[in-house]
Amino acid sequence: MTDWQALFKETFGIKWPKLLESLGQTVYMLGWALLIGAVIGLLLALVLVLCRKDGLKQNRAIYDIVNVYVNIVRSMPFIITLVFVFPVTRLIVGKTYGSTAMLVPLVIYISPYMARLMENSLLDVSPGVIEAAQAMGATTWQIVTRFLLPEALPSIVLAMTTGTVGLLGATAMAGYVGGGGVGDLALTYGYQRYNFPLLILTIVILVIFVQLLQLLGNRVSGKMRQHR
Amino acid sequence: MIQIEHAVKTFAEGHQAVHALRDVSLRVEKGDIYGIVGFSGAGKSTLLRLVNGLEKPDSGSVVVAGRDLSRLGQKELRDLRRHIGMVFQQFNLLEGKTVKHNVSIPLELAGMPRRKIEARVRDVLRFVELEDKENAYVSQLSGGQKQRVGIARALATQPEILLCDEATSALDPQTTESILRLLQKVNREMGVTILLITHQMQVIQMICHKVAVMEHGRIVEEGSVLSVFGTPKEEVTRRFVRTVINDRIPDTFISVVRSEQRSQQVELLKFIGASVKEPLIANLCRMEGLEVNILGATIQEMQGSVMSVFILQLIGDAACIAQAEERIDRTGALRERMVFQE
Repeated sequence: MTDWQALFKETFGIKWPKLLESLGQTVYMLGWALLIGAVIGLLLALVLVLCRKDGLKQNRAIYDIVNVYVNIVRSMPFIITLVFVFPVTRLIVGKTYGSTAMLVPLVIYISPYMARLMENSLLDVSPGVIEAAQAMGATTWQIVTRFLLPEALPSIVLAMTTGTVGLLGATAMAGYVGGGGVGDLALTYGYQRYNFPLLILTIVILVIFVQLLQLLGNRVSGKMRQHR
Repeated sequence: MIQIEHAVKTFAEGHQAVHALRDVSLRVEKGDIYGIVGFSGAGKSTLLRLVNGLEKPDSGSVVVAGRDLSRLGQKELRDLRRHIGMVFQQFNLLEGKTVKHNVSIPLELAGMPRRKIEARVRDVLRFVELEDKENAYVSQLSGGQKQRVGIARALATQPEILLCDEATSALDPQTTESILRLLQKVNREMGVTILLITHQMQVIQMICHKVAVMEHGRIVEEGSVLSVFGTPKEEVTRRFVRTVINDRIPDTFISVVRSEQRSQQVELLKFIGASVKEPLIANLCRMEGLEVNILGATIQEMQGSVMSVFILQLIGDAACIAQAEERIDRTGALRERMVFQE
């Protein structure tokens, strides 16, 4: 064991690989939940935008169902959702602990949030552009893929960035219930063992994480907006 | 080419019904440039959108290129729309994309092979004089250039009809003129029938063959541009005509007219066409007991012809004025007595 590893153990009360493992778990939960949650969120957002009043495929019933579902899930605190969906988690993953199992509540939690943010992005697309598309004889699918999504993309990226930061907070809670990750590290090794330096370290890590995410999101979105 | 019969359209705005169209009939012949003029809220925008099915009438029929829109299925309607180009006031382009990208979109939607698209895009960009801007981003262009891209996009699929929704209303006067010239070229060289709506009478004056005036969801007056400009019947039409042909007497002259103690009559004369057979003013001046005063005169060019407007103050006794009026009428001029309220 080299000197700095000993120093690390002495300062933060855990071994160096433990921190790496926790980071890995956080990234794992964040990444997959983001990917799946964004896809489901986008689909929900499209349903909301297309089925709303004066939408391209106006459908009151479908709109109401999705809208109410989104509102219900969004009004539940994550920690409640987490235990509430345990049966579903068990059904899909076979167990209710571990990073993979936590993906189920994370996705259920984040997708309606993403849906709301993306709905706003899609609604910001100029109605004139959509009208021009219709006047060209575009099908609904063509309007969505050729006009709506490309036009909304920079804004969707920012929405996803906001969503990801929210998701990071949720992964901390999921970690505590058995998902591992940086949040779990902070609570079990830091808070419960009165290990103040470790607590600070995890906070610093999370802050850096959020900064990097936001920076990345802004960069990507800005690049896309470059010519408008 | 376009035939609208008894179209009625009512929107519900909250609990109020908005009557956008109340029994509107319109007929546009192939090769026409047909203008619809009206103040905002007159229903012209709704009327225009009946033609490509973006709006459907509550009752009445719309027949475009021999096809009844109410009988078309979704797919047939989309196919028809590919033969009807549309140009918008706010351009409605993909601002973050290149000119080329914007113009290719309708062709890609129609499933044209990529090779052919390239050639077609180049052709149509040359037509609107933007061939050097192919790879520029729309956001880098001026308003007039953006509208040229809009027109190129609308023409890409070689439509038979072009719908213009206030195409020049967001542009400055000079750019407006160049865009109107372009539309005229589209009509002449490609044989495209153009239906446009506007609130600017200059647009009608410059390029339209026929005009319809709309007010409160009705067409209140229609006809050839020369006849509507020459003899406007409805008050709203007069107001529009007045925006391009100044037939008002300047306020300073009104006091001159009012202070005149002798028997007099102020006449508004309009001459259409350049051929004036007799020196009318000179002849009037030579009439015994008549004094002629020119209060105002303007000349307007339209439809390859000219319209001259004169405001004359005739001073003399009633018989003499009647004689002068008869003389004016013989020249074929459109004459109108102007009355001033005290």
